[in-house]
Amino acid sequence: MDLRTRLEPGHPACAGCGAAIAMKIASAVVPSNTRVVIPASCWSIILGKYPFSSLKLPVIHTPFALASAFATGMRAAKSVPVMVWAGDGATYDIGFGLLSAAAERNEDIVYVCYDNEAYMNTGGQKSSATPKAAKTPTTPQGKETEKKDIIAIMKAHKIPYIATASIAFPEDLQRKIKKAFSIKGFSFILIHSPCPTGWKMEPSLTVKASRMAVESGIFKLVEIKHGQERETYKPTCYVNPREYYKLQGRMPRDE
Amino acid sequence: MRRIVTGTEATAIAAKLCKPKVISAYPITPQTYIIEKLAEYVSNGELNARYISTDSELSSIGIVAGAVAEGVRAFTATASHGLVFMHEALHWIAGGRLPVVMAVATRGLGAPWILMCDMQDALSQRDTGWMMLFASNAQEAHDFIPIAYKVAEEVHIPCMVCMDGFLISHTAEPVDLISQEAVDSFLPEFSPKLSLSDEPSTLWPIPEPDTYYLIKKDLFEDHKNALYIWKKAFREWQSVTKRKYDVCCGHMLEDAKTAFVSLGATVETALEAARRLRKKGEKVGVIGIKLFRPFPESDLKELSKGIEELLVIDKAVSMGKSGILFQEVKSTVDIPVRGFIGSMGGKDLTVERIERFFYEGKMWI
Repeated sequence: MDLRTRLEPGHPACAGCGAAIAMKIASAVVPSNTRVVIPASCWSIILGKYPFSSLKLPVIHTPFALASAFATGMRAAKSVPVMVWAGDGATYDIGFGLLSAAAERNEDIVYVCYDNEAYMNTGGQKSSATPKAAKTPTTPQGKETEKKDIIAIMKAHKIPYIATASIAFPEDLQRKIKKAFSIKGFSFILIHSPCPTGWKMEPSLTVKASRMAVESGIFKLVEIKHGQERETYKPTCYVNPREYYKLQGRMPRDE
Repeated sequence: MRRIVTGTEATAIAAKLCKPKVISAYPITPQTYIIEKLAEYVSNGELNARYISTDSELSSIGIVAGAVAEGVRAFTATASHGLVFMHEALHWIAGGRLPVVMAVATRGLGAPWILMCDMQDALSQRDTGWMMLFASNAQEAHDFIPIAYKVAEEVHIPCMVCMDGFLISHTAEPVDLISQEAVDSFLPEFSPKLSLSDEPSTLWPIPEPDTYYLIKKDLFEDHKNALYIWKKAFREWQSVTKRKYDVCCGHMLEDAKTAFVSLGATVETALEAARRLRKKGEKVGVIGIKLFRPFPESDLKELSKGIEELLVIDKAVSMGKSGILFQEVKSTVDIPVRGFIGSMGGKDLTVERIERFFYEGKMWI
């Protein structure tokens, strides 16, 4: 595994932040001139206050819905690698239309969604990536509807590369990031990134929770190249989804 | 070369001559012909640019912003609901000091649905931090595009070039078209003071409030000072094309006791009204404001010297207060000012209605 890291210590992410771990793993293998496009998200903060930056890459902040459009314009202007780094709010919800449009145009950009399953930067309110039954400040009785299947939606765009990844499987994650940069056209990578603050979970359990999500089959590690789907990791030990949910204070307790 | 073209075609030709590398386009009446013409220029090889047909004005404005952040000239055009849909990005682009140039064919806003002209769309973007230029005819719509690029790229502030929807956008009139050589000699290559590079850096990280305050103060001062850059650019334009413009222009003011003040195509209607009123013995002149932001305060004050009353004709209104241009004029001069909502949604702004305003002074006629 490539251990060079571009994420500096001292960034202001919460303890055990899955989004910071995701960036640490992913940023180590992107080209050094990669433009990182960050819409409103936890990462708007994690990057650090002016004049500091926690990330040793060129970064541009954008309004919430507009990351896909900025990235498109940047890539159209220059032949440089461009990576959107967006949360689930920007991806599944407010920037969804523009994401779909950029995918339909098959823009030559890498779109990464670090999915922490709610609007964690504003206090954990429900997004359409929030799983059913999760209690959030805007779903105090638990969310009534299912998590949106963003991978199925992106698959319907017939883009050249789609993958899911987990911070608990860093080699797999890095391989997929590298693959995305090597492919011409639109790539979409969904990284499961637990948020101990929002999930009401011990900060030390982030990687464990991520691993249990994969091992229980709730979050599948897949890769879809030109429509051909394959599992990149088959769960080796059976974990009951209940055990995964039990780690999370946001999920209802079994009676 | 003189040709009979519409305001939209005049705009598209001018945009082509400025050689944008990225064009984003989403159709909306009445600007659509601009982006259709540009599609034609790119597809037939007259213009070497990436032409991106988008899903919405949000994408369009984000794409030009991204391109300019990479240090490349870009162009888009919009109108009405498209412009107000962009509102958040307009603030972002001005705050980010990206010299985007965009054409706007002004049109009313719903509800109810309306296709025809007023300036509610453009003037409700007044506080976004963009510079705003208003053409009074197709010739100005044509000439103002290269001038806008020149100033925007010098001061690093975005600029919208507005023309009255339909009245200018769809009216064919004789236009002296600029040559490529003239534009090349007038408009230098875009070399931004600030853009993304291959080195680690961050555009627009969160500052401390005191720093944010200073950033806003800088933009405010640069915006005001841009007025002199506009004057300089207009003079340079005159030396290249022999066509003379200024940030605001007076007509028939020598002996005038009263003057109409307006923007865009309305200026030409006001001129006709003033001529007719003069035949009736009234001493009336006209002040046409070309540059609405930065607002030409000292020029307007200077032009109104000796005038007893200003009569402002608006095509945009701030509900609960008054016409929007009226507020600008009222807060600039010390003489009495009356305001008239000359048109909303394309209501015919006739010379007769302007004459009635002159005699009756009512806001809604």
